[in-house]
Amino acid sequence: MKRLSRFFLNARIGFFLAIRQLSRASLWTNGLIVFVMVLTFLNLVVVSGILVGLIQGSVDDTRKQFTADVVVSTLPDKKYIENSQNILGILDTIPEIESYTARYSEGASLEANYLTRRDKDKPDIAGTDLIGVNPVAEDAVTDLSSLVVEGSYLSPGDVDQILVGSFLLAQYNPVEAPGFEALENVGVGTKIRLKVGEVTREVTVKGIVDTKVDEVSRRVYMVDTQVRSFIGRTDGNVDQVSIRLKDGVDPAVVRDEILRSGVGNDAKVQTFEDALPQFLKDIIATFGLLGSVFSSVGLVVSSITIFIVIFINALTRRKFIGILKGIGVTGRAIEFSYVFQSIFYAVIGSVIGLLLLYLVLVPAIAANPIDFPFSDGILVAPLGETFARIGLLVFATLIAGYIPARMIVQKNTLNSILGRN
Amino acid sequence: MITVTGLKRSFKTAAGETHVLKGIDFSAESGEFVAVMGRSGAGKSTFLYQISLLDEPNEGSIVIDGRDALSMSAEEKTRYRLNTFGFVFQDYALLPELTALENVALPLLMQGLQRATAYEKALDALVRVRLDHRSGNVPSQLSGGEQQRVAIARAVSHNPAILFADEPTANLDNESSLAVLAIFEELHEAGQTIIMVTHEEEFAAAAKRLVKIDDGRVIYDGPMTLVRTK
Repeated sequence: MKRLSRFFLNARIGFFLAIRQLSRASLWTNGLIVFVMVLTFLNLVVVSGILVGLIQGSVDDTRKQFTADVVVSTLPDKKYIENSQNILGILDTIPEIESYTARYSEGASLEANYLTRRDKDKPDIAGTDLIGVNPVAEDAVTDLSSLVVEGSYLSPGDVDQILVGSFLLAQYNPVEAPGFEALENVGVGTKIRLKVGEVTREVTVKGIVDTKVDEVSRRVYMVDTQVRSFIGRTDGNVDQVSIRLKDGVDPAVVRDEILRSGVGNDAKVQTFEDALPQFLKDIIATFGLLGSVFSSVGLVVSSITIFIVIFINALTRRKFIGILKGIGVTGRAIEFSYVFQSIFYAVIGSVIGLLLLYLVLVPAIAANPIDFPFSDGILVAPLGETFARIGLLVFATLIAGYIPARMIVQKNTLNSILGRN
Repeated sequence: MITVTGLKRSFKTAAGETHVLKGIDFSAESGEFVAVMGRSGAGKSTFLYQISLLDEPNEGSIVIDGRDALSMSAEEKTRYRLNTFGFVFQDYALLPELTALENVALPLLMQGLQRATAYEKALDALVRVRLDHRSGNVPSQLSGGEQQRVAIARAVSHNPAILFADEPTANLDNESSLAVLAIFEELHEAGQTIIMVTHEEEFAAAAKRLVKIDDGRVIYDGPMTLVRTK
């Protein structure tokens, strides 16, 4: 009990001394230390947040532009989703579903410049997937029309009109690599040959779709009724259904609801997360690990910074520390004062960092994603993780403040007062 | 009250070991005002640091109120200094970021007093040194004499059994020195035990007893009046 009350007394005196030192210290000194702490905080959160966000941006775009929230696709041993019309009927009954788009998909090839090609020239051919969509339904789910950068979007009555993904066009994707095929001199209005199996049709490019989501930009889109007749599928069975849910609905809940309806016998039902390729999941985990490594380095650097700041502060105030001990202030109370000062710097730095992060950086980067070659990077900073990092920062700072204070406090009282070594 | 026997203190330097105190015997009773004098380097300040438990002698014993002070741990010594001693240093030794009132209140707060009580007692102490009107000023806003008076207020605010003063007037002009000395006399008249190191005879004259140290030994210990007569 006596020890506890002595502990609180020391803490009280330490707090008293810390507050006086902080409030009467140079504004520049305090500002500089807080500035370092803000940078440290941002280093802890933003570096890993950008690394994770680099992939998360890609995942988010894939969800928004391709898979939507829940995706129903062909079973591995089937050519398409059997009983598709029944499944679509089931989807119509689920109230959590905002909209869905059913897609036909077939391997195809495109040939351009066939009219000007000489006999010995290599044909200008690129392999692709032909996707048949209801333009209105597709747009409601994936906002595909917003990705059209040249020409215009499909209309339900379009005949022999296609949207071409930019990945297939040399002017958008001028990569020269063995095996890589991109069509030359193709723009809006260009006629190209579309071949599915043995059937070839001449179609006109109505628009060009450009996005960093490969599943969208390396495909060709056509109105579903046209594709059905093109590939000879008259039974109405589709290859994929992407489902957009109402706000706040958990995709896993709807996935399970669909599966309970027996859809699993005819199709694979996945949330967008389930549908992520394994390599992407591995990259996310790797980048998360890298972020943690960078954060740890940042934490060590910040701890050393605080250690140096407190050490220099305590060293220059060694005489006063000696006087404090001389007049009866305990070493523990003096150590408390430095620990409180360290915590103050860490907390103020973190609070300013938090405000900067959530009021400026996250919204700004969300509005203007970082233009990485393969994704629009965002800043991922979940509140829980951020607070965990703040906890780490405060703890590391506390230790970094305590050690130098203890080192100075341990010195001989009289030597400290007289400035002797 | 305080009894010192065979006190020795030496320091190791590059030139070898320097023996500053070579065996001092000394005692003081409650209510005494003792001036410790000697030429520069005689060992008077070192003597004060030993008996005020700021430093540890190589040999000898210090008994305060029947307790062997040298057997105390560092923490016990700190607590003992807090509760039993008051210090006035040559260079005032005030904490620059604390106001006069806060400087004086600090030992009281460390004793566990509530803030209001501590500040009230601190203000009383400032009244005693006639500086209550400067209670809100930080040391840099006070003159040397005022700072030393604040230091005295801090030293006596918690009614210590012994007040130690190390050359309290050395850095002051004549007028401030006289003011400080007047305060010491008032404190002594009120029953305060004072042990003061000084090299200025006119200020030492305020004390009732003189201890003269030379070359680490006491060469005179007796009433101040005898020295004056001599």
